[in-house]
Amino acid sequence: MNKIDWQYMVTVFPTLLQYLPITIFMAIVSMVFAIIIGVVFALITKNRIPVLYQFAKLYISFFRAVPTLVQLFLIYFGLPQLFPAMTSMDALTAVIIGLSIKNSAYLAEIFRAALNSVDEGQLEACLSVGMTRWQSYVRIIFPQAIRNAIPATGNTFIGLLKETSLAFTIGVAEMFAQGKMIASANYKYFETYLAVGIVYWVMTIIYSFLQDLFERKISKPYRN
Amino acid sequence: MIKLTNLKKSFGDLVVLDGINLDVKKGQVVAIIGPSGSGKSTLLRCLNLLETPDEGTIEIGDVRLDASKYSRKEAHHLRQQTAMVFQNYNLFKNKTALQNITESLLVTKKMTKQQANEIGMKLLKQVGLEQKADSYPVTLSGGQQQRIGIARALAVDPHAILLDEPTSALDPELVSGVLQVIKSIAIQETTMIIVTHEMAFAREVADHVIFMADGHIIEQGTPTELFDETKNERTKRFIQKEAAAEEA
Repeated sequence: MNKIDWQYMVTVFPTLLQYLPITIFMAIVSMVFAIIIGVVFALITKNRIPVLYQFAKLYISFFRAVPTLVQLFLIYFGLPQLFPAMTSMDALTAVIIGLSIKNSAYLAEIFRAALNSVDEGQLEACLSVGMTRWQSYVRIIFPQAIRNAIPATGNTFIGLLKETSLAFTIGVAEMFAQGKMIASANYKYFETYLAVGIVYWVMTIIYSFLQDLFERKISKPYRN
Repeated sequence: MIKLTNLKKSFGDLVVLDGINLDVKKGQVVAIIGPSGSGKSTLLRCLNLLETPDEGTIEIGDVRLDASKYSRKEAHHLRQQTAMVFQNYNLFKNKTALQNITESLLVTKKMTKQQANEIGMKLLKQVGLEQKADSYPVTLSGGQQQRIGIARALAVDPHAILLDEPTSALDPELVSGVLQVIKSIAIQETTMIIVTHEMAFAREVADHVIFMADGHIIEQGTPTELFDETKNERTKRFIQKEAAAEEA
């Protein structure tokens, strides 16, 4: 077995970390869109709004089933073929669209379950003191549903963070793409890819820590 | 003040309310009694449209609504005329006791936090729980939760308070505290409609008692008329059975 060049590995980190912002940018922007679309679809499926309900079911079924990579190719290479105007779409936009759509399909299901876990009596109580449906959802239902949704939503976010590495396949210069370049330039594959892996690991640890703080904060009303 | 005309409601083939007419005057305390499944809770829940009636008209305060066709806005307007106390409290789980009471003041009456808290604390004192202002529902006993539920309903300052079996979910030793609170409100001429299984309480607190069975109002009158002087066989049988159960 060849020796691992730890020293070399350490020198890789600064280069990789230059690409951290783009990775985090893709993850957060996609997550924000995924949450917005996910909430809308969760409300549609929960309230079984006609026509939209069928559309939402189809959307969720399709985008949960198609592999992320296939979706990215479909958006980046496929759509411009149908709509020539989309040829000018850059790879970063395509990644954000693809990851938003895919994860919104997962989140819609998570949010629907979280909304269902809030007792029907909470909405009745809101309405009975004269609140509108919208006020009831914003002030009472969502805050309780969020608590139920956090663990699964956190898992989705961690998954999304890692999926941003697929962006290299359509030419976004993100962290993994850079790792590939470094590795093939020096033939130090193990050191470089391990370094890439460690950066993702540390990001996930930091995220988990923040989620934990948030969870503890919003669980306060429910502790005896 | 509250007037129901020919109110009907079915769940599928099951007729739950079969043309109910009802008049409640301002300041009156009305108790609705009757066997399980007689439609009394459904009747109460139709008053604030938590159940959707099939037909009839509902008049509360200055709002009149045709149950067979009404808009979301009309429904909202009607709901603002009343407040409800639920069998299993339904306190807002993410809010403290005080916040439960002030929520409607802040959201629907657009009061400032200070104004709302002032009213909230006054009501908490009235139900004897001012020391629990910052407690969350999960930390409170059933009896305490229900007293907060009553204070929450009072905060709305509604035309009428609807109480749906307010003591049915409570442990026996907690019932009397909640009934005390309801009595203290009844004395202040608050219009109330109470669905209850507590016959002794109904007799004591109500000005008017309604006996319901099978979706109909079988008989109504003063507590004396219903509990002591009824000629109706069905009413008599029901009251005797309940009295026996309460003694047991």
